[in-house]
Amino acid sequence: MTTLPQSGTQVPANNTPKKPPVNVLGGLLTALTYLLTFLFFFPILWMVMAAFKTEAQAFQTPPVFVFTPILDNFRVAFERYFPALLNSLGAAFGSTILAFILGLPAAFALAFYTTPRSRSVLTWMLSTKFMPAVGVIVPLYLLFTNLHLLDTLPGLILMYTTMNLPLVVWMMHSYMTEIPYAIFEAARVDGASVWREFFGMALPLSLPGISATALLAVIFAWNEAFFALNLTTSDAAPLSVFIGSFKTGEGLFWAQMSAAAVLTVFPVIVFGWIAQRQLVRGLSFGAVK
Amino acid sequence: MTAVPMTATPPKPKQGFKLTPAALIWPAMLYLILTTQVPFFMTVYYSFFRWNLQAPTPVHPFVGFENYVGLLTDPQNLHIILNTLQLTAGTLIITLVLGASLALLLNRPFAGRALLRTILISSFLVMPVVTAVIWKNMLLNPIFGFFSWFVQLFGGTPIDYLSAHPMGTIIAMVTWEWTPFAMLILLTGLQSLPDDQIEAARLDGANTWQEFRYVVLPHWTQALEVVILLETINVLQVYGEIFASTSGGPGIATTNLPFSVYQRLLQEGNVGVGSAAGVITVVLTNVLAIFMLRLINRNTQVGGH
Repeated sequence: MTTLPQSGTQVPANNTPKKPPVNVLGGLLTALTYLLTFLFFFPILWMVMAAFKTEAQAFQTPPVFVFTPILDNFRVAFERYFPALLNSLGAAFGSTILAFILGLPAAFALAFYTTPRSRSVLTWMLSTKFMPAVGVIVPLYLLFTNLHLLDTLPGLILMYTTMNLPLVVWMMHSYMTEIPYAIFEAARVDGASVWREFFGMALPLSLPGISATALLAVIFAWNEAFFALNLTTSDAAPLSVFIGSFKTGEGLFWAQMSAAAVLTVFPVIVFGWIAQRQLVRGLSFGAVK
Repeated sequence: MTAVPMTATPPKPKQGFKLTPAALIWPAMLYLILTTQVPFFMTVYYSFFRWNLQAPTPVHPFVGFENYVGLLTDPQNLHIILNTLQLTAGTLIITLVLGASLALLLNRPFAGRALLRTILISSFLVMPVVTAVIWKNMLLNPIFGFFSWFVQLFGGTPIDYLSAHPMGTIIAMVTWEWTPFAMLILLTGLQSLPDDQIEAARLDGANTWQEFRYVVLPHWTQALEVVILLETINVLQVYGEIFASTSGGPGIATTNLPFSVYQRLLQEGNVGVGSAAGVITVVLTNVLAIFMLRLINRNTQVGGH
């Protein structure tokens, strides 16, 4: 059920002739689309299959396509991966919440109390999203060492907040400008305070935007690797570091590794499927809707 | 780049306790200044010093542009910069061609279209580190990997792709991740093209190519621009894929700038050179982004809106 497409995605394509006759070319193109999709999905499919195999089957060549699925790998993987899972959850949700606490008021002010400088403030915030992590890592690493923030969850949360804050401001600003302004004018005539405008109106009216943006922020923080691998080693290591530890050579446990990988990517893929419309908007910072 | 409608009304905060809009914006701004601008200027500052964390003496003398001169004249480091550009350009070109093709294919009406699009975006959502370990082991292993078996099926001889074609393999992995991104943005761009524009072109007797060239393409430019810019910026920073598959090797064959910064800092403790490499990455990212934006803007004029 999770693959159910969003409503509004089924807008009939425009660029094809009306009343297409049953043509060979069309059929071939459709077949090609199916084939390409299968090829792109294959590595994920292969990983999911391996997760349900025994270690021997996972290694076997020629590859095993038919087998009795087992769940042992997930049990073993889950035990080993649990601390990393908690760290990932903490880092992803912690940073998302912090980004919203800082970003929502800013988005609100930029959307409803515009000044001549609002536009450049927004653009500046977006530009910080384009600062490569390697441009800030050296002083942050030294600072984190001195403040004993290396390999701690708060340290990771601080950096992921930096990553998600511009996204939150930019996206929430875009959603809030879609709220009819007349509603606010009416409230102001009635003497509503800024507080009431924010909590009573702007927040409830932009809830769909909040959930879509939060989903994106969680996905980005979840998949992040650079800060995770540079700023954590064990105590605060999230899933990307845990999975990264599987990189060493041969003779490792492919079925177990696959099970851990499936557990890691499955929630993100499902969330992404559900939110694919918002995904486009968020990825392009609202430039493509 | 974008046109977000602005609501232009004078601020009227009165009532109760006075909360100025600026007070709502400052926390976010301050946070971003402290975690991006300040560290970047510190990086620039550090890049002018000879400073190694592992050196026995805690002195770090000012050396001017020595770190930069070292980075930009050493053939090894030039190789790393070229690797970075090769990875970015290679991925960008392939994902644009594949993504645009997939977008055009998915813009036709056929059964299962929405389902295919949904399935296609999956690889973009896979954690980069997972991509690397799965590809490296289960697909590309010269003996047990699926690709090796597949190649043998057609009479080929499997090779160790990661050591024979290291950069090509990394490009393949990153392409696998970013093609859905290009497809998704480009497809959305295609679908926002109004029906009547196509119909008008048809009434004017445009053929399929003319229709694509003069109606679809100009409309598509914004989506293309978004894909090119964001992909360039993101692929310049590829790290997890390299970390978990080749660790920059063999030799320095797949070391890009971000990975070399990681090596300088965490493996060598070289603050000065690591900082200089970081600054070069930032400059390169900005130059490429601005350059591409200009290029696209100029080409857009031809189509005309």
